[in-house]
Amino acid sequence: MTTRIDTRFAALKAADRAALVTFLMAGDPDFDTSLAVLRALPGAGADVIEIGMPFTDPMADGAAIQAAGLRALAGGQNMQRTLALVRALRAGDARTPVVLMGYYNPIYVYGVARFLADARDAGVDGLIVVDLPPEEDAELCLPALAAGLNFIRLAAPTTDARRLPKVLTNTSGFVYYVSVAGVTGSAAPDTGAVAAAVARIKAATALPVAVGFGVRTPEQAAAIARCADAVVVGSALVEALHARGGGDAKDPARAVTAVSDLVARLAGGVRGARTRAPST
Amino acid sequence: MNAPPPNSLRTGPDERGWFGDYGGRFVAETLMPLVLALEDAYRAARADPAFAAEMNSYLTHYVGRPSPLYFAERMSAHCGGAKIYFKRDELNHTGAHKINNVLGQIMLARRMGKRRIIAETGAGQHGVATATMCARFGLDCVVYMGAVDVERQKPNVFRMQMLGAQVRPVTGGARTLKDAMNEALRDWVSNVDTTFYCIGTVAGPHPYPTLVRDFQSVIGEETRAQMLAAEGRLPDSLVACIGGGSNAMGLFHPFLDDKDIEIFGVEAAGEGLDGPRHAASIAGGRPGILHGNRTYLLMDDDGQIAEAHSISAGLDYPGIGPEHAWLADLGRVTYLSATDAQALEAFQLCCRLEGIIPALEPAHALAKVLELAPRRPPDHLMVMNLCGRGDKDIFTVAEHLGSRL
Repeated sequence: MTTRIDTRFAALKAADRAALVTFLMAGDPDFDTSLAVLRALPGAGADVIEIGMPFTDPMADGAAIQAAGLRALAGGQNMQRTLALVRALRAGDARTPVVLMGYYNPIYVYGVARFLADARDAGVDGLIVVDLPPEEDAELCLPALAAGLNFIRLAAPTTDARRLPKVLTNTSGFVYYVSVAGVTGSAAPDTGAVAAAVARIKAATALPVAVGFGVRTPEQAAAIARCADAVVVGSALVEALHARGGGDAKDPARAVTAVSDLVARLAGGVRGARTRAPST
Repeated sequence: MNAPPPNSLRTGPDERGWFGDYGGRFVAETLMPLVLALEDAYRAARADPAFAAEMNSYLTHYVGRPSPLYFAERMSAHCGGAKIYFKRDELNHTGAHKINNVLGQIMLARRMGKRRIIAETGAGQHGVATATMCARFGLDCVVYMGAVDVERQKPNVFRMQMLGAQVRPVTGGARTLKDAMNEALRDWVSNVDTTFYCIGTVAGPHPYPTLVRDFQSVIGEETRAQMLAAEGRLPDSLVACIGGGSNAMGLFHPFLDDKDIEIFGVEAAGEGLDGPRHAASIAGGRPGILHGNRTYLLMDDDGQIAEAHSISAGLDYPGIGPEHAWLADLGRVTYLSATDAQALEAFQLCCRLEGIIPALEPAHALAKVLELAPRRPPDHLMVMNLCGRGDKDIFTVAEHLGSRL
């Protein structure tokens, strides 16, 4: 089964460039602002859109994304509205892959079968669920694959060679390499170590490898884009949204501009990363 | 899912960490290799007689075990029914059962070569026990505590600091125990090479619910031997309070296969189960996934975790250990609940009738003993786990009674 994610990565491989994957929290700080910001992402240079499903207890997230989730919940966001957000986004964009990212409990409570049906119907292409390691594949991973959604697994610096095959089994769409042992928004990754890890993963799978956690600037994104198939940026975008437009004085237009500007600069870094000086 | 109950209720969990539909390992991939390494280390330690010998030596000479099984004569006369015994785990070093588990985990950490220990704490009892054992063995200790709890439990914060621990107030989320646990998990994920996470209750990803239960089972094992010595037979009923449920699991587990023994767990009903301000996960919650395991949780219809409330900070957690969730579904353990007001009343009665100031946590168990004991015959032997002493709670109780200290 080919998804929008597979199609997008195949096209980018042909163009010899990495993807920019952007993360924002659904409903941060409210539904309308969130939708406006998301709609502007593809035009600004995002190749894949990750949307966070807010949760009260995000144990793998740093301060920025924790706060974004609580803002969204305070603004009335819930699973139904997150799926409605994807549906609204999808109505104006048939091609950009959309990945929902979050924690298992809100999905479990919504009901796994109902969630998968509604997510597919809304136009979701893949899922990243932080607290579902391969040991718990029967919960959501296998039903998601059966429903035609990609299940994108995280690999970490602690995932050793003996464990890696277990992590790659039942992973689809792409592999998300967590560049640092830490929470989202933590210190910048060491590019050399990331390149070695990406090479190790690529030796074991044909899937594209995305790298995230700690990537904030166009320069960092460019450095990662030289070795990986995709660069994920989350906390920096969440902070940009909140600082300029999504904060206490909500201003959707300013939020769109703030996020789009940063996405455009990150996309510039990613797209320029592999271009060489023309040979004479 | 509808498998018949096993012949023995003491063999769980299965090799994947499940007690029926509860438990499991719901953690981020970064932590998964650490959780597996802990499981291996624990299996090796259990097979090593030297581990048990060292643990028993510290339990005897440092913790002060065995704790007495005490016939509460005046309380029994007051109730006019069952013979009530208190298992006096409040007499342990640091004043609660928490140290039984911390000792075991710290010895595991030492075997694994980990020199930095992190812990979460609500009321501060688990934090104090962890700080104590870290001082004893010269280990670095960081305790995460919700900013609200830091304010509510100043004496325990100071105790931890005196013992050399660093107490880090958690300002994210609701700033209480569940957020302290989130922050400890974030620390662990960021310091994977050096750090051992010492969880304070029978919750978390497998193997924590199992190893914490095993370390606390000394309570029930001693109770069996002591009751046989005192009365020539086993007790007829057991009663213990439940937050996460470690003191209760420790008392209950050695008796689960003695089918004639009635077992009661007592949750905190806070201001009452009809409103939102309680901590009774089984009575008022439903199954979900938090902090590495599936169990009963307090949450809203969207799966967002609710804030628990109890007068007792030690019961103030929106979940419960997965083995309790399983025992509740099976009906082997009956889960009751006691309100803040009932616990306060039992607290005062215990002080005046027995000369024992109990912690507010076991005061919840006592509140139900006061209802259960009068309905039992005089030859009925009832054991209540008096799992902590009340010195830490005198400020809270004084406030509720309108006294100024």
